[in-house]
Formats: sequence, C-alpha cells, structure tokens
Amino acid sequence: MADSATLEAVNIDQDEGNFSYPEDYAHDAGYGLNEGTVDYISNIKGEAEWIREFRHKALKIFFAKPMPTHWASKDLENIIFNDIRYYLSKGQAPTRSWDEVPDDVKKTFERLGIPEKERKYLAGVEAQFDSEAAYSNVKEELTKEGVIFVNSTEGLREHPEIFRKWFGKVIPTGDNKFSALNSAVFSGGSFIYVPPGLKVKHPLQAYFRINAENFGQFERTLIIVDEGAEVTYMEGCTAPKFETATLHSAVVELVAMKDAKIQYITVQNWSNNVFNLVTKRGLAHENAEIRWIDCNIGSRLTMKYPGVIMKGRKARGEVISIALANNGQHQDTGAKMIHAADETTSNIVAKSISVGTGQSTYRGQVHIPKHLKGCKNNTECDALLINSSSRTDTYPAITVRGNQHSTQHEASVSQVSEDQIFYMKQRGLSEGEAMSLSVNGFVNDLVREFPMEYSVELKRLIDMEMEGSVG
Amino acid sequence: MSQSLKIENLHATVDGIEILKGLTLEVPKGEVHAIMGPNGSGKSTLSKVMAGHEDYTVTAGSVMLDDINLLELEIDERSRAGFFLAFQYPHEIPGVSNANFLRAARQARLPKGEEVDAVAFYKEMYLKMDELGMDRKFTGRSVNEGFSGGEKKRNEILQMMMLEPKYAVLDETDSGLDIDALKVVAEGVNTMRSPERGFLIITHYQRLLDYIVPDVVHVMFDGRIIKTGGKDLALELEEKGYDWVTKELVPA
Repeated sequence: MADSATLEAVNIDQDEGNFSYPEDYAHDAGYGLNEGTVDYISNIKGEAEWIREFRHKALKIFFAKPMPTHWASKDLENIIFNDIRYYLSKGQAPTRSWDEVPDDVKKTFERLGIPEKERKYLAGVEAQFDSEAAYSNVKEELTKEGVIFVNSTEGLREHPEIFRKWFGKVIPTGDNKFSALNSAVFSGGSFIYVPPGLKVKHPLQAYFRINAENFGQFERTLIIVDEGAEVTYMEGCTAPKFETATLHSAVVELVAMKDAKIQYITVQNWSNNVFNLVTKRGLAHENAEIRWIDCNIGSRLTMKYPGVIMKGRKARGEVISIALANNGQHQDTGAKMIHAADETTSNIVAKSISVGTGQSTYRGQVHIPKHLKGCKNNTECDALLINSSSRTDTYPAITVRGNQHSTQHEASVSQVSEDQIFYMKQRGLSEGEAMSLSVNGFVNDLVREFPMEYSVELKRLIDMEMEGSVG
Repeated sequence: MSQSLKIENLHATVDGIEILKGLTLEVPKGEVHAIMGPNGSGKSTLSKVMAGHEDYTVTAGSVMLDDINLLELEIDERSRAGFFLAFQYPHEIPGVSNANFLRAARQARLPKGEEVDAVAFYKEMYLKMDELGMDRKFTGRSVNEGFSGGEKKRNEILQMMMLEPKYAVLDETDSGLDIDALKVVAEGVNTMRSPERGFLIITHYQRLLDYIVPDVVHVMFDGRIIKTGGKDLALELEEKGYDWVTKELVPA
C-alpha cells in the first residue's frame, strides 16, 4: 500500500525531472519514463536479457518517433508522458474506499446489474477481481487439452519456444509511437497458445486468470492458434472502468496458422479522461480466418484500427466495429486489411453513433497489390448523428491494383428522422425511449455478433448513453 | 364525466398558413364516425394535430379525450392516455423488430418497476396476428421496413389491437390497399368496435365504409366540417362527387 510519504517522495522526484524510486517501495516504477523505468520493470519481472533489450530498443524508437498529430488529433499533444506511472504491480495499484467512488459511477454499476464483487474491482476499490474459484475448472480443462493461457510475463518466461517466434512480429515495435511505448513498458495481457486441431468450446475471457492484469494500462496480448484450431477471446466489459490512469496503450497480436480461426471480441467503456490508443493486428495464414469484433464506448480519445494481414491463400479477415462518441469524446476507429496472397477476402462493417458534441471518425485502409488475383473486399461504414452538434468523418483508403479483384464500398450518414421519433412517440414511447430504441436498431445487426450476455449489457448501456441526449 | 372525443372550434396552422379553420365534431364512445373530404381539405392535418405533431400550431380550440385536454399533453402522453393514430404512411424503424417495438410500447404503459409478461405478450400478439392473417415472421422483421403497402396498414391495425386505445383515428387506412387487404383491415377494426371505444375514420373514398359501416359521416372542406349525416351521406357523396360539396354546401 502506498503511504503518503512515499507518494510525496515520488512527486518531488518527478518535479526535479529525475527518475528514482525508494527502495522500500518495490512495486511502483514511479512517474516518468526513461531507461531506469524500463530496467525497473524488467527487474521486477525477472525477464530474460532478450526481453530487456527488446524494451530498451523500443524506448529509443518511442522517443525518436513524432506524435502522429499530422493526420490524427491534436488532442494527442495533451498527453503528458512524465505525469504517467508506467508500472504498478498488483496490490500496489492506487486504491480508494468505496465511499470515494463518485455516485454516478456507483449508480451506473447498479443499473447495469454488475455483481457487487465486480463493482468494487471496477471502481478501483479492489486491485484484483479474484475469479479463480469460479473459473478454476475451466482452466484445468484447458490445460489438459494443451492450451496455454497465461499473462505476458509468464508466457515469455515459461514458454519462450512458443511465443518468442511471434512476439513483436505481427506488430513491429516501430509500427507507431504507441506500439513502441507499449513494447518498452508492457505488463499484463494474455498469452495464449491453442494446439493443432483443438476447437476451444468456450470463449476465453481475460478474467479467467487470477492474475488478471488485463485491464492494465500497457497490456500485451499474443494469441497463437495452431493449424486447424479455433478460439474466441473476449476482453473488457460494458461497465465503465473508473480510471485514474489517463493513458491506455495496448498491443494485441494474433497469429492464425493454416486453417485456424480466431475471433477476438472487445467491449470497452472507458471513463472520459482516458486516451485509449491501441494497436491490434492479426496474421492469417492459408485458409485461416481472423475476426475482430470491437465495441468502443467512452474515453476522451480512442484511436484503434484492428487489422488483418492475409498472408496465405484464401485467408479471411473481418472487422466488425461499433463506436459511440458522447459529449466531448472522439472515437477514431476503423480497420486495416492487408491482402498479401491470392483469393484472400476481407470484410469491414463499421457503425458509429455520435451524440451531443461527440465526434466519430472512420479510418480504413484496404490494400490489394497488383500481382495478386481473386481478392475481395467489402467495406460498409454507417454513421448516425443524434444532435446537430454531433460530428462524423470518413476516411476510407482503398488501394486496389490489378484488375482481378472485387471491392465494394458503401458509406452512409444518417440522422434519426423526426418523423420516425414522432411515430414511436405516438405509440407511447418517451422521446428518450424512442431515441434509444432507434439507436439500438441502428447497431442491432452488429450487436447480434456479440455473445448473449454482452449484447444484453450493450443494449442497456446504449439506453443509458442516450439519456439526456434529447430534449 | 364526458365520454367522447370532442373537438371544438379547432384552428391550426403550419408554416403560418391556417389549415384547420374552426373544426368541431364529437365522437361519443361506442360510435364510429367517418370524415370524408377532397384532397387538401385538411383531413390529415386534423389527425396530426390531434396526435401532437410539432410542425402544426394550434391557434384556438380544444380537443378533449373524455375529461382530458389532449392539447396540453406531450405526444407520448396522448398515446398513453388512450389516443391512437393509424398513420397514412407508417414510418420504418430500421433494426427494431415488430415484437420489440410493441413490447416497448406496452412497457411504456406499465407502472415503474413492472415488466411486460413476455409469454402472455407473445401469446396475445400471435393471436391477433392470426386474426389479421399476418405471418409470424413479421414479429422478427424491422418495423415496416420492406413491408408492402398492405402489410404496413395491417401492422398499424395490429398495433392498435395490442395497445387497445379508447379512441382511434385511422388516417386513410384504405389507401394503397387491394380489396382483400381492405377486408382484413376492416374486419380488424370491426372486432375492436365496442361500447368502450370510439373511432374516427378519415377516408377519401366511400369504399372502406362498405366494410366498416359508420354511425355518422362528416364532410370536411377547407378546414371545417360542412355537413354531417348518417351512413347514407357517404353514398351520396360517392355518387355526386366532391364538386357537389364544394359548390352546393359551401356558403359563398
């Protein structure tokens, strides 16, 4: 537990611009970022030398790369890297009492029907959500089948023969400034390996493991699914995570070997002080399939463009994305589809909702080079604007060379029509209820892609987000 | 306590132009009244003004639903008070299934904390859909999306049956219907006729009134009711045409 004297000491150091941490405070890397921070994290985790080098190299790249403000948002300039703590181990996470949790957050938990135990975890009252008891059976069964499901530290330490080969290969450190940052300071996240031919029955969830550092700031996930195997992974939850940390920058790499299938489902609802800058990409080998199903709600700024590199013949990539930007929020989301083999197929369906002063941006990249044949892409992006102050932009970049491919692109911007609302109100629905139902209708076909419990929560969440948006 | 839908000296404008110019009529509970009139006489405006559409401004007059002053209520409050409008052009609600929409409308009528009994709701809905000859697949389809004209009108009647209003206004429900659909819709309305309910049926043609026989027929022209009579008035109007109304009945 951090006592006030320790915190004060850390703060003073930060003011002087020097990195240091008191000896007796063994699990906090302090504020700010330099080589000492990286060494500190590496030491705590007892990492192999190659990982330490990987981190140091990443740090250099991070410092060298400029902020991508020239194409993205100027808001990125407001991230103050020296005000951020880059590593807090479990038990050392900043804690607060239940009484200190703002009332609106408590109310939201209640209305979403989040169990008591999870509420405390989500509110940051408890550092851990201990779900070991509930899920130990599942874990045992998985282990018997040969599935490896561990955190990043354990994955790299205990199973380097499996993970090292692909670690940092799908998303190179220098891919962007934030993938470099993650590569320097990552901790937590899931490392998963599914052996050939195994079709994992139940979706794997981040909180299956006791050491769930998943909701950490800089988590690192690597999922390798061997030939003919299948897995679904789910992360996040619809409850707003009450964050003190303002920067979340994860890297998620997926590798689907020949004939494998990976489905990666994300539902995230960040509090509106969070910069959510995430790099997600999958590598699909021959006849493999990777699907990203992604729902982004909340945050101050989210920049996330899940991608699939279709490396083998007949590989398939898909991104299904829902984004909801409420007052003061900016959702800059989209997809990247890189066709790198013949007869590869990609599909992008993105829907965004802008409420109040919310802004949503679709940014897509589809790349089909000239030497390939028989590639297909379908891109659909639909935006719904709720208020006259809401905003949406679409930047689809579809590069198709050669004439043996087929691409389709459809985009629409719509508003819920006044006549539609009038009709619904005439049947007795209040303006808010009518708006909620319309918005739920707009995303309904995509919500169906989420597992049942998520889709029910999503619907409730949209209802809540729509409250106060009309009138 | 009065038991009627009573419109008195109603004046309404849209974009500053007066459309309703002192309209008065009363539909007592248990009766079916028809309003007939040429295009442009303000029939559809009347229905929208009663429902509370924001494009229209009421400048004088009143609309009483039993003892409730309808004009003081919000659109949705009017509905929950027992006022139903079957639309001439029912709107589409993409992505929202018929069943979910009806359920939400029913839910809106329940006191806080009470939930629609899903099993009873579906049972009732299926029964009423059967009466209207609607295929069960319509429950899962988005409200009115891709529906034919006839399907949309049937859907309006289904909603009316499920919401059981005290007074229902049917705005040109017969337009765009073939004779079979017309019969089905009329039958739906007829099964709902009751001493507890009043109907106001707005129509351009007499045809619908062969199947829904009205107690009273009003003729509307230029924002007013200019003649009121029994069901034979509809036939007379059909025979003589609207020219007869405009030339003979409108005082110069």
